[in-house]
Amino acid sequence: MTPRVHANPAFPWSHVIGFALSIVFTLIAFFAVTGHALAHRPLLAVILVLAALQILVQLIFFMHVGQDQKPRYHLWLFGVAMFFFVVFVVSSIWIMTFNTPMS
Amino acid sequence: MAVMMEEVLPKQAGPSRTGDNGPVRLELSTADGATKIFGFWMFLVSDVLLFASLFATYVVIYTHTADGPTAAHLFGHDTAGFLAETLALLTSSFTCGLATWEMHQGRAGRLKMWMGITILLGLVFLGLEITEFRDFVGQGATMQASAFLSGFYTLVGTHGAHVTMGVLWMSLILYQLARFGLNAVTARKFFIVGLYWHFLDIVWVLIFTVVYLTGVM
Repeated sequence: MTPRVHANPAFPWSHVIGFALSIVFTLIAFFAVTGHALAHRPLLAVILVLAALQILVQLIFFMHVGQDQKPRYHLWLFGVAMFFFVVFVVSSIWIMTFNTPMS
Repeated sequence: MAVMMEEVLPKQAGPSRTGDNGPVRLELSTADGATKIFGFWMFLVSDVLLFASLFATYVVIYTHTADGPTAAHLFGHDTAGFLAETLALLTSSFTCGLATWEMHQGRAGRLKMWMGITILLGLVFLGLEITEFRDFVGQGATMQASAFLSGFYTLVGTHGAHVTMGVLWMSLILYQLARFGLNAVTARKFFIVGLYWHFLDIVWVLIFTVVYLTGVM
């Protein structure tokens, strides 16, 4: 179904691109925060989006999620893990800040 | 599943064979290898649950500093420190990826070289983290000083313990590769420790963002 992009590429381009992207995302997040580039809430949103992009880079460029032979059970496992992660973290924040002034 | 039916096939290194869905990689070339890699993904799910609990705890209690050092104070005075830790770990994830790539080309020598570099970068990361913790404790920011610091050391320390484990584990696999050569078994073992290593990098990206960057905002 999904042919691997390069069976035997001469150079590991996808790794180099992934590495460059991860460094760029990290530095943007770091200097946006230390330089106080934005107000608190938009800045928080920006660094969370950058973290999500970083994670996608790791998964796609380095762990090659979704590029394996079928059946891709590990994609389902990954989905389950993300579901639990969001439920644990978001519901904890929600319930612990319920009816209290948000910081 | 045709791939998984073939019990024990290639035992020596070499370019990938061709299967139903494109080239079959060495670590997936036996049913045993494919099953164990799948099993390791299941372990990673359970490790996500561990870190999710620790992140949830940290986020809920990190403002509870009990008149002790705050996140802004603690992380703000040496932002270069946690940036260096992040760059060391990101680079090690890259070199680990290169090791996997060389393995798929059947080049055991370069695989071992990149593994060695990955282990060294892991040690650099651990050295930076231990220095940071010592520095914090020297400022009175001990684990029992406040809820914030208990959460901080538990979350970041659990990740550090994982990295320590990863360094030891990868060193043992490096020894096995040197001793037994690259075959379906050692390829599977390296591939699994590689998945673990990339996973730790993902957890660190979240720690970098949620703990350090949010702390100094």
